Amino acid sequence: MNSARVKKFYYLMKLGREFELAAKREYMKGNIAGFLHLDIGQEAVSVGTMQAFDKGDVFTHYREHVLAIARGMEPKHIMAELFGKKTGVSKGKGGSMHLFEPKLDFYGGDAIVAGHLPIATGCAYARKIQGENAGVFAIFGDGASNAGAFFESINIASAWKLPIIFFVENNYYAIGTHISWVSPFVELYNKAKNYMPSKRINGMDVCEVYNAVMEAKEHIENGLGPYFIEAETYRYEGHSMSDAGKYRSEEEIEIFKRRDPIENLKKKALELGIVDEKYFQEADAKVEKVVNEAVEFAASSPEPEDYELFEDVFCKECENALP
Amino acid sequence: MLYREALNKAIDESMAADESVVILGEDVGRYGGSYRVSEGLFSKYGEKRVIDTPIAELSIVGNAIGMAIAGLRPIAEIMTVNFSLLAMDQIINHAAKFRYMSGGKMTIPLTIRMPGGVSRQLAAQHSENYETLYSSIPGLIVLAASNATYAYYGLKSAIFLNDPVVFLEHELLYPMEMEFKELKNFDPFKAEIVKEGKDLTIITYLKMRYDVLEAEKELRKAGIDVEIIDLNSLRPLDIETIANSIKKTKKCVIVEEDHKTGGMGAEIVAQIQEKCFYDLDAPVLRIAGEDVPIPYNRKLELLSIPTPDKIVKKILKWKAENGI
Repeated sequence: MNSARVKKFYYLMKLGREFELAAKREYMKGNIAGFLHLDIGQEAVSVGTMQAFDKGDVFTHYREHVLAIARGMEPKHIMAELFGKKTGVSKGKGGSMHLFEPKLDFYGGDAIVAGHLPIATGCAYARKIQGENAGVFAIFGDGASNAGAFFESINIASAWKLPIIFFVENNYYAIGTHISWVSPFVELYNKAKNYMPSKRINGMDVCEVYNAVMEAKEHIENGLGPYFIEAETYRYEGHSMSDAGKYRSEEEIEIFKRRDPIENLKKKALELGIVDEKYFQEADAKVEKVVNEAVEFAASSPEPEDYELFEDVFCKECENALP
Repeated sequence: MLYREALNKAIDESMAADESVVILGEDVGRYGGSYRVSEGLFSKYGEKRVIDTPIAELSIVGNAIGMAIAGLRPIAEIMTVNFSLLAMDQIINHAAKFRYMSGGKMTIPLTIRMPGGVSRQLAAQHSENYETLYSSIPGLIVLAASNATYAYYGLKSAIFLNDPVVFLEHELLYPMEMEFKELKNFDPFKAEIVKEGKDLTIITYLKMRYDVLEAEKELRKAGIDVEIIDLNSLRPLDIETIANSIKKTKKCVIVEEDHKTGGMGAEIVAQIQEKCFYDLDAPVLRIAGEDVPIPYNRKLELLSIPTPDKIVKKILKWKAENGI
């Protein structure tokens, strides 16, 4: 464990956690609407993956706020997007599920389960012929691993030896459906192992996630084709804010909470003496400030103008052709 | 020039001019394309840019979107519009919406070519017109090439537009020898006035253009001077050209191979009544495909779609009924 890296992991995971808690509060107050999928409990995956995969293109599903933060998107622009404001990362037109930032090669927020996997695969094809070896990172949930788009994508990526990491965060539940009811395997790396190197890791441990993605990155950068990682993880909250999560027992949730990625990282770092208590206090204070500022920024930002309804449907050239 | 040669020329020249242009689809490479549109391109540009895909339409379009995000200008070929339904999620939920839901940050320069229409006895799963499915979606451009000139210029425009374009072709047109006109100025969104006339406006597109041209000969014999408009672009729809024609002729007929209910003609009629209601001397006549899946039997197949003979009969009957 490297001190600087641990500090970074801690800060980003804590920022992710507090950002999501703030989003939850703002949702309850009515400042955020629609579907809001919280990442609470899964921060080790979001932060560990993005810290390791620091170049290349990232395609994500809709539980992506913390991935976006860890990729370098400003929390205030994400919060403003959740509020539906003009200053949001997608000008208030996308919302929680659609955070795109081409400048960061972050094509996040696809809300059609598995829909982004063929797109990520096509992008990996382009990167290969363009000679860009950083490749592509595609993250999705256990539910997506049952969809046709998933199987088409691992087939094509493997047939064409594409530089892409398929990363499934297995939190066991597709909304309220347990993976064991609908898949022959609970351990999902089994689905890809005939196509590419595939492994299952502990997704509650940010260092393990980071190391696994570093290894996968080296594999794809060396032109060895795709790589598959399954991370076992858990969301403490429901699927979205409209899910009370009654299908899970308190005991089950408690088992995973004992494996909390943030608390355990802190505990381990203190035990090993590589980061002192003072750093954690400072990090927590900074997180609080950043999250508060994000909420204030979002709350005080203007609504989109009426004319913006008709903007961004087409490029200017095509827009001018419309009646 | 053959219609398919015009398409080939457009792709070939685009690939030669810009190395970001790639083509992908089932059998587009080594085989040369199911309708020979991509013939010769594999040997000329190689397997990296002329990509043979598995039979997985969702991935053909999905992969193409990813390529477009990475800076390529992909041309995805779907073997027939019926199969495009497997890619509908990618076309509608992804390609059409990325620019908008990213607040204008994403650009998807993608062309999806689809042969379609009623060919000859291919039965219900290989004979379809799904233009209304696509032209009703905000974020998609829908072009329909009925002739070699538009096939060439329209496809070239589609390839270099910075938005997703559904480019419709008709299966019966590929081997047809057609006149090719060199154009100085070209607007892909502009309808073509195929023939000027003063008595009656007929609006059509794709293969029905030729059925209308046949019918026109008979109508001329009956003393009717017909103006024929070929739409070329189904979205955006060139309602200006339509409205100007109706101002002159006061009468309008739409001829489409598409099913009548909810077909392309339904939208055109709606726009005409908004824009030209007081110019019309009679209700607009829709001559369209019957509301049945396309049958295999040749006699029934021909009964299910407009033919020159039926077009003439229906127009004469409509004129008599309306006293025009």
